[in-house]
Amino acid sequence: MSERTFRIWRGDAEGGEFQEYKAQVDEGMVVLDVVHRIQAEQANDMAVRWNCKAGKCGSCSMEINGKPKLACMTRMNIYEPDEVITVQPVRTFPVQKDLVCDVSWNYKQNERIEPFKPRPRDADGQHRMLQEDVDRVQEFRKCIECFLCQNVCHVLRDHERQDGFVGPRFMIRLASLEMHPLDTADRIPAVRDEFGSGFCNITRCCTDVCPEHIGITDNGIIPMKERVVDRFYDPIAIMWRKIFGSDSKKSGASNSNDS
Amino acid sequence: MLDVSEIQTVEHDVVVIGAGGAGLRAAIECSAHGLNTAVVCKSLLGKAHTVMAEGGMAAAMGNVDSRDNWKVHFRDTMRGGKFLNVWRMAELHAQQAPERVRELEDWGAVFDRTKDGLINQRNFGGHRFPRLAHVGDRTGLELIRTLQDHGIHQGFEVYMECKAYQLLRDASGRISGVLCLWRETGRFMLIRCKAVILATGGGGKAWRVTSNSWEYSGDGAAMAYDAGAELMDIEFTQFHPTGMVWPPSVRGTLVTEGVRGEGGILTNSEGDRFMFRYIPERFASETADTEEEAARWLGGDRDARRPPELLTRDVVARAITAEVKAGRGSTNGGAYLDIATRRDADFIKRKLPSMYHQFKELAEVDITKQPMQVGPTLHYFMGGIRVDADSQMSRVPGLFACGECSAGLHGANRLGGNSLSDLIVFGKLAGDGANAYIQGLSGDPQVSDSQVAEGIRKATVVLNRESGPNPFVLHDMLQDIMGEYVGIIRSDEGLAMGISKLEELAPKVAQVKAHGSSQYNAGWHEALDMESLMVISQAVARAALIRKESRGAHTRIDYEGEREEWGNKNVVIRKGPGGQMEVREEERSAPPAELERIARASIEDVEAGRV
Repeated sequence: MSERTFRIWRGDAEGGEFQEYKAQVDEGMVVLDVVHRIQAEQANDMAVRWNCKAGKCGSCSMEINGKPKLACMTRMNIYEPDEVITVQPVRTFPVQKDLVCDVSWNYKQNERIEPFKPRPRDADGQHRMLQEDVDRVQEFRKCIECFLCQNVCHVLRDHERQDGFVGPRFMIRLASLEMHPLDTADRIPAVRDEFGSGFCNITRCCTDVCPEHIGITDNGIIPMKERVVDRFYDPIAIMWRKIFGSDSKKSGASNSNDS
Repeated sequence: MLDVSEIQTVEHDVVVIGAGGAGLRAAIECSAHGLNTAVVCKSLLGKAHTVMAEGGMAAAMGNVDSRDNWKVHFRDTMRGGKFLNVWRMAELHAQQAPERVRELEDWGAVFDRTKDGLINQRNFGGHRFPRLAHVGDRTGLELIRTLQDHGIHQGFEVYMECKAYQLLRDASGRISGVLCLWRETGRFMLIRCKAVILATGGGGKAWRVTSNSWEYSGDGAAMAYDAGAELMDIEFTQFHPTGMVWPPSVRGTLVTEGVRGEGGILTNSEGDRFMFRYIPERFASETADTEEEAARWLGGDRDARRPPELLTRDVVARAITAEVKAGRGSTNGGAYLDIATRRDADFIKRKLPSMYHQFKELAEVDITKQPMQVGPTLHYFMGGIRVDADSQMSRVPGLFACGECSAGLHGANRLGGNSLSDLIVFGKLAGDGANAYIQGLSGDPQVSDSQVAEGIRKATVVLNRESGPNPFVLHDMLQDIMGEYVGIIRSDEGLAMGISKLEELAPKVAQVKAHGSSQYNAGWHEALDMESLMVISQAVARAALIRKESRGAHTRIDYEGEREEWGNKNVVIRKGPGGQMEVREEERSAPPAELERIARASIEDVEAGRV
């Protein structure tokens, strides 16, 4: 329908540059469609990750005109008719080639998290949980691991503190386990000491870019911070535990605003 | 000759190819048996096509309607598959699915709940009772993430963005390894192993209008075929009735059957709820024949029969096609799927959140206010690698298959929701089967260096040759052929033409050229996937030509209706001694008497436990 100009970053770990392409854009197209058209017609060897093309797999994360987005869900008609579209790989992770980055660090973080540890099933072989008790956990489990939140997190992107902070994606993974009604493990000390909950200063950039609209900061990270505070810094709770002991991960967190 | 000792080489007992639901479940089982296990997958972990599954996984747990049990599920599956299913597989599936689903809960899955706190179950096409355990309309994501988060602690290796290119066999024909290709670097890796479990999914990318992602190039079926395994029932390609039809760039993207399960209705341009006119005789006694009765069913009346929108996928897809052909299609050439007038906006957003999101973002349609426009999209391969029903082993010793790439469970048509349960039931059984095989194996199968060298030569010649056709253009041509001649409605003439077009395309594919280096080269990957796509496309077209009847997903305009003489036959394909594709009809063995009694019994007798 109209010819558009794209500037796409081409290169690898050694370096690279933007290359300009002209491409025909049809009605209803998303940015990924145009990138694919350029790939098929002009740049067969261009690297781009994608799978579902429906915003469900989180593969095609990239930065489009400076904004971190899923290319498959970014419609061309949100841009001005003569606007040049600049596409580059997400900045926080090392480039492998063109629009593809090495996101393996994220997979390593997941392995560090203590896995789900359920209580035994009921006598009839079933688990019982009420819907209202799992709504929040289900919200976190909508995550498609596009890692856009990891990409925009200041702690990871600007301060490069991958050594100290696990990032928003895995803070909500931790929250989904800690709030799981069947789970019996206690990850709160690790949330503070190993996963760096104190690094997050609640700028909510992660929440803003989440394509699944998960309340990463307000519903996930802040409650985790509160549980840490309740556990380690609340004098009443500390006194309570000294007198009555503590064997449940839920102790000291029952008053946090996370349900 | 290339020095094979210079290639990166690793050893495992078993290699699982594919990291969707079936592959991950198989790998978990292999690890549980103490096998040294690896998973090889073309994408990143957690991105496999299983994430696209929406509606749920079928398991007769009876949480919502206690009248449900494995026999009803088995009967539904056989009837949906037009009795061409492998009886034993349908039995195992119906019996084992409930425990496989509960096991997911032990591993962290969080399904939607009933009022009593149990796993909730929803209605779906062809299922007598609410049977699909689900999480809104993102059940596949829940399945894959659960298996992923559990799996990474079970000790198996995962080789991500790595394409399995060729199966290797020892002198006696047993599996001895897999030749793989790292997509990032373009370097090869040789895995020496005793068994391979294929879990590679289907081959929907041979069609343009498909719900499938780029990974669905039929690699598993093509590699198995090359290694001597048989393909079965491959003519049965499921066209899901409801794919998006607009905008053009998302044509084919799936719209979950859950929309109809939650009460959505189909209408044509005249506002007619046309499905009432397409009720097959076999289902007439169990389907509502008035809008009034359908409305009562939606309201929860247990005596009302199910609305015709919930007939099996083959029936609904053909009905939409017929309406469009008769000039009663929607403005963009589909049917209208309306949930807005059946349910309130909050309900729709809660039960169908990703459909809401998908239409809003991609088509600028608010499904809580407007109808969707939908049409058939190539969705699923019922057929695939022929395996033993209990062990999942193919006729190649040490080669196993599970999930969509295998044949048998679904017969001529798959019921919605039976795929996710298929993955976890037969993924586990394939792990058990591979373990039993390895325990009984005498001596380690040896890799032949010449097979490895030949594989590498074949893959790299695409990069090294001077010039040749563009792989993306060839893929486009293939999709034109399959869409035109091997689509939802088929004929002798069209299929013969399609086969001859495929034969014309083959030499071009053999001369394809990928420009650029071996590093993360999309053109090269496309060229290699095309090799698999050509094998499965030819297999589908040839099998479809042989089967001269209409059954399930296979619709022949020149042979209407099911034919008795075909009800007991499978079409089986193997690679002939000269490399040619051999296609033959094979008589099915007689069904076990008890299973046949259940499948053919009246619904009243099954529910009352009289069979």
